[in-house]
Amino acid sequence: MSDKISTYPGTSLSEKEIRDGKVLSIQDQMPGKFSWDTGIAIGKYLAGLKDGVIFGSYCATCRRTVVPPRTICEWCFQPMDRYIPLEDTGIVNTFSLCYVTWDVRRIKEPETPAVIEIDGASSLHGIMHKLGEVEPQEIKIGMRVKAVWKSAEMRQGAITDILYFKPHEGSH
Amino acid sequence: MSMRKVAVVGAGMTKFVRRALETGKELSWQASSMALQSCEMTMDDVEAVCLGTAPDAFDGVHMNGEYLSDGAGAWRKPYMRSYVGGGTGVFVPIQGWYHVASGLFDVVLVVAEEKMSSYYPHAQGAFLTIFDHTTERALKPNLLWIFALEMNRYMQTYGISKEDIAQVAVKNKRNAADHPSALLGDPNITVEDVLNSEVLAWPVNRLDVSPVSDGAVAIVLAAEHVAKRITDKPVWIEGVGWNLDTAYWTNRDLAYPRYVEYAARMAYDMAGIKEPRKQINIVEPYDPFDYKELHHMEGLLLADRGEAPQMVADGVTQRDGDMPVCPSGGLLGVGNPIAAAGLMKIAELFWQLRGEAGNRQVPGQPTRGLAQAWGDLMQVGTVVIMGR
Ligand SMILES: [Zn+2]
Repeated sequence: MSDKISTYPGTSLSEKEIRDGKVLSIQDQMPGKFSWDTGIAIGKYLAGLKDGVIFGSYCATCRRTVVPPRTICEWCFQPMDRYIPLEDTGIVNTFSLCYVTWDVRRIKEPETPAVIEIDGASSLHGIMHKLGEVEPQEIKIGMRVKAVWKSAEMRQGAITDILYFKPHEGSH
Repeated sequence: MSMRKVAVVGAGMTKFVRRALETGKELSWQASSMALQSCEMTMDDVEAVCLGTAPDAFDGVHMNGEYLSDGAGAWRKPYMRSYVGGGTGVFVPIQGWYHVASGLFDVVLVVAEEKMSSYYPHAQGAFLTIFDHTTERALKPNLLWIFALEMNRYMQTYGISKEDIAQVAVKNKRNAADHPSALLGDPNITVEDVLNSEVLAWPVNRLDVSPVSDGAVAIVLAAEHVAKRITDKPVWIEGVGWNLDTAYWTNRDLAYPRYVEYAARMAYDMAGIKEPRKQINIVEPYDPFDYKELHHMEGLLLADRGEAPQMVADGVTQRDGDMPVCPSGGLLGVGNPIAAAGLMKIAELFWQLRGEAGNRQVPGQPTRGLAQAWGDLMQVGTVVIMGR
């Protein structure tokens, strides 16, 4: 390396040294509670989900329908023209079989996150959600899927009002 | 545009480790003082300081720039922290560059630090908050999801196999065996080792992923008249570029990083590079996951779309190949203390272009290199081109 460098600083510790208390460390938590406003466009999106409808928004200038809906078109930086109810069907753009939870616990049955291109939105425009009622090994990119909703009385205006997307053979 | 020439004149770095005894401040000081010593300068010579570090959530410290300031030598100096997620490590030298190119300062210290181990027991939990709080976080995503989703889309689009991709992890971890600061160098690792490692989020296995790490890197930037006084081997920053794609990451083409292309085109234009494949001798693209090196080589226009795996298979990207890629060992081998890992790539080009990279030295006296990083929610690209 550089002629003038002979040793590199930095002292490596092992997880065991922390766990066994061989080195001192301070532990604390930062609990935080938040109440996020939905805003206008996502408010419309969530209200739609409560009614069992996926909304996108449309820009007439750019002729693009995006999902989730938003108030501003990124392409022309003008307001979106209108909200559009989309289908609750689509195709799997990509997926994963995930054996690790968000807090790094190992699980035997994989979670099945996917990007789903929603019918009625512009090409390659989708949302992130999960797949269900399908053997993980059977999942394929390009597979047609349909939303499985919570019952109307259980829906609360959240992305989780859709339980998951399941394989669906029908045409749209 | 009238801009002054800016050179890298010194560099320093700590070891990259899973968990460092030293605090972020202490790591920052170690890298900074090493960088200054390497060019026989002191803090009195430094007119301004630029600091890069990734989300405050890792450290549990709000305003991490202020927290790290004494270790970065910021006391009573113009000081600013920049942050563009994983792209930070190659953005912070760009920030330092425009501090000097503009004529505002003659000498700037650029420091990048990351201490990911503080989020206990694993930094992964801190990544939950990068997803949209209303439309995504309720699904309890983890960071592996977006990489696995993007990797699968990339593989499917071009018919690329996991074996093709695993070759990148093998190359980089083998290269890292020659890096004295490396966390995961392994001269004997094989493709089978990568394919047989634990499946975390198919198609991502454990050895497809760079390790969570602690570490710091620093470089010294100087205007031309100062650089020529300090050293007879200045390494010039010839071009910089950065670009952001939509934050609605499920609304764009996951198989191709257009934002990297735009950042690269900006940098190529500035450097007057017309044929990057002929004019760039060494590449240090961002490789937090092995497929990302390939994805980025294509975005940088250094490989045709879907063709980067063939370059690896043909040995073109080996340290002694026609276009060495990640001769440092990259994030996969040296480690991934996020902002520090990006600046490590700049330091590597500095040493390589001066012929000071020791066992890692790329043969043939390379004259120009490119470093690139990537981040935010997979949509920011940062590029620096350096030459001697
Ligand atoms: Zn528009």
